[in-house]
Amino acid sequence: MAAVDIPAKHDLAHGHDDHDHDHDHRQSFIRKYIFSEDHKIIAKQYLFTGLFWAVVGVSMSLIFRLQLGFPKMNMDFLKPILGGWIEEGKLNPEFYLALVTMHGTIMVFFVLTAGLSGTFSNFLIPLQVGARDMASGFMNMLSYWFFFLSSVLMFTSLFIETGPAAGGWVIYPPLSALPQAMLGSGLGMTLWLVSMALFIISQLLGGVNYVTTVINLRTPGMSFSRLPLTIWSFFFTAVIGLLSFPVLFSAALLLIFDRTFGTSFYLSDIYIAGEALPQNGGSPLLFQHLFWFLGHPEVYIVLLPALGITSEIIATNSRKPIFGYRAMIGSMMAITVLSFLVWAHHMFVSGLNPFLGSIFMFLTLIIAVPSAVKAFNYITTLWREILYSRRPCCSQ
Amino acid sequence: MTNIILGVGIVLILIILVMIFRVQSLISIVRGAPRSRETTSNKVNAALWVVLLVLGSVAIIWSSWVAAEYFLPDASSEHGPKTDDLFWITMGITGAVFFATHILLFYFPYKYQFRENRKASFYPDNNRLEVIWTVVPAIVLTLLVLSGWKVWRDITSDAPEQAMEVELVGKQFNWLVRYPGVKQAELGKKKAELGNFNYRLIDASNEVGIDLTDENSFDDFMPREVHLVKGKPVLLKIRGRDVLHSVFLPQFRVKMDAVPGMPTKFWFTPTHTTKEMREQLGNPNFNFELACTEVCGRGHFSMRNLVIVETQEEFDAWAAKQQSWLATHRDYLSKVPANLQQKALQIIGPGEGDNAPASDSTAAPAPDAAAVAPATNPIKMVSNSSK
Repeated sequence: MAAVDIPAKHDLAHGHDDHDHDHDHRQSFIRKYIFSEDHKIIAKQYLFTGLFWAVVGVSMSLIFRLQLGFPKMNMDFLKPILGGWIEEGKLNPEFYLALVTMHGTIMVFFVLTAGLSGTFSNFLIPLQVGARDMASGFMNMLSYWFFFLSSVLMFTSLFIETGPAAGGWVIYPPLSALPQAMLGSGLGMTLWLVSMALFIISQLLGGVNYVTTVINLRTPGMSFSRLPLTIWSFFFTAVIGLLSFPVLFSAALLLIFDRTFGTSFYLSDIYIAGEALPQNGGSPLLFQHLFWFLGHPEVYIVLLPALGITSEIIATNSRKPIFGYRAMIGSMMAITVLSFLVWAHHMFVSGLNPFLGSIFMFLTLIIAVPSAVKAFNYITTLWREILYSRRPCCSQ
Repeated sequence: MTNIILGVGIVLILIILVMIFRVQSLISIVRGAPRSRETTSNKVNAALWVVLLVLGSVAIIWSSWVAAEYFLPDASSEHGPKTDDLFWITMGITGAVFFATHILLFYFPYKYQFRENRKASFYPDNNRLEVIWTVVPAIVLTLLVLSGWKVWRDITSDAPEQAMEVELVGKQFNWLVRYPGVKQAELGKKKAELGNFNYRLIDASNEVGIDLTDENSFDDFMPREVHLVKGKPVLLKIRGRDVLHSVFLPQFRVKMDAVPGMPTKFWFTPTHTTKEMREQLGNPNFNFELACTEVCGRGHFSMRNLVIVETQEEFDAWAAKQQSWLATHRDYLSKVPANLQQKALQIIGPGEGDNAPASDSTAAPAPDAAAVAPATNPIKMVSNSSK
């Protein structure tokens, strides 16, 4: 399909192009490296943006962990970069929370979701299923640039006067809904929400592409039962993302409504800053349910690609097929399904009905079974292999 | 500075080692030596698996050893030992599996490293094995769930009849405590009850929004810290005033969110008085702690309160000394409906100028200062875990 698709597009492009027809495949620098529709270039764009965020996220964690681990330490040496956020040799308490919040957001979403899935799914899916490129190169490009835009907004929020969002990466309202509750709930929070909305769009565009490519563009003979486990894991990751990110989008949207239009989805009976708010009948628990309906599958969005890559590396370097290929797929499928049924275990003491708590307790322990199966299968694969321990890429 | 130099030195030495290694392999290629696939590099890497396993295990054991004093503090509630047992049983089972699988995962790459004369065994499938290690973990986990479920049901069951009630209201950034007074009981009421509340009645003095149209509220008193009775069940009625807070009583193994607009509850029974714990731990400064464990803003780190557990006699003596909130805020008598004025006066006792209830407290409620500046906690907290 891709093979039909791509030449057609080239012809179209050349219809408007009076340049040298002999150099059919020469693209301008911008089309080739910046607004590229090539999945390998997009993967590298994801990689480098992800790496940039990893550096930012890790430095943040170093700073707040210094403060946490050595509360008496004089932090004045950070004044050149943090300026007014250092007060009398200590981190400003609100900025401390902001660092924790941004570290969590950056690591979970920008590094481990976009950086991991974005890089490896984009790079490996077409190569390993034998497709020429993703199902839609254009959407793939959009996916990266929405991510880029979201990154720019999030990065901007670090430099505004009231500081970035500071209510924790879970941004529970009412703290995140009320600008009077803390500095970070003002403009910083607005930027966080808008940035996250763009990020979700990017993830959905990417996810649709991954799923479509795996289902439709496999080369002849590449049946589902022959797909490499990496592709299986990227496929399940994309499915989880497609089903759960829209829920976070709705949570963010309702939060924007509460913050801006005076609705009370999440707010009720609040007295703050010397004033009783008119909002009534909302529930902060609603947000927690919506958030964790993404938040828990997100754990597996992060984990599954790593498991897939591990399976493939172990098998290849062991010079033998992975033990229990079908069981590996089955366990990933079980994880995918169960990951949607355990979210409320983040809410045991939130005031949730204790009966619901017991159900989620049961489902939570059950999800450990497929994960255990994977570990046992790795051990058996390693048993009596001949391992060539080396870097999985770039050697010999 | 010395540390930085040391660090840079170590990095440089590592780089030098890597370079030497690369030069050697390049030389061997140039010399055209027969390329053995059983290279030094592979042997070193294979050995590193075991080194990593040993170093990692040492690091885990050492850090657990050092941090042992920060593990669970001694439990002093009735359900505490039960959850602790569950915790340690789960830790034991999962810990044993963790070590067993990791020892195999790291040892096999060393043991089965590449050798010229050996072939990998072709072993792609074994349904019996798969079934075994699906079913066994499933059974173990089910047993864990069932034992946990029983404890969970006990903890979240309804509080016993004779439980005393205490209201905890979380606000930025301290905990407000309200007790149902003892005066109603003296006047023949069976059980002391908390008065109603309404968040719209909150102002600078009436911090929890006590509803004075409810006669139960007349004798409610609001001490600074929490007093509990050893061996007597206590029902915490928890509310949040502005944002989410979370009641955290680590020594009692209690945690429950304070949610604005949705009162929550938690009941438990303390088993040691503060005095007994001080003797048991040999720490004369020990105190039970009530902390906030949900990020709630600038002053979150300082949002803690003192919990004192005492005997029934000590508690009764203390409670009898407490003045009701209404007695200390007599200007609020005007908010009491006319038909209940007499009763209110009877409960709070006479004070000057009571016969002419102030027409209205004209003093407009001052904006709540505590909401903008972090509360400075007047009580110096010294618990066994804080250094």
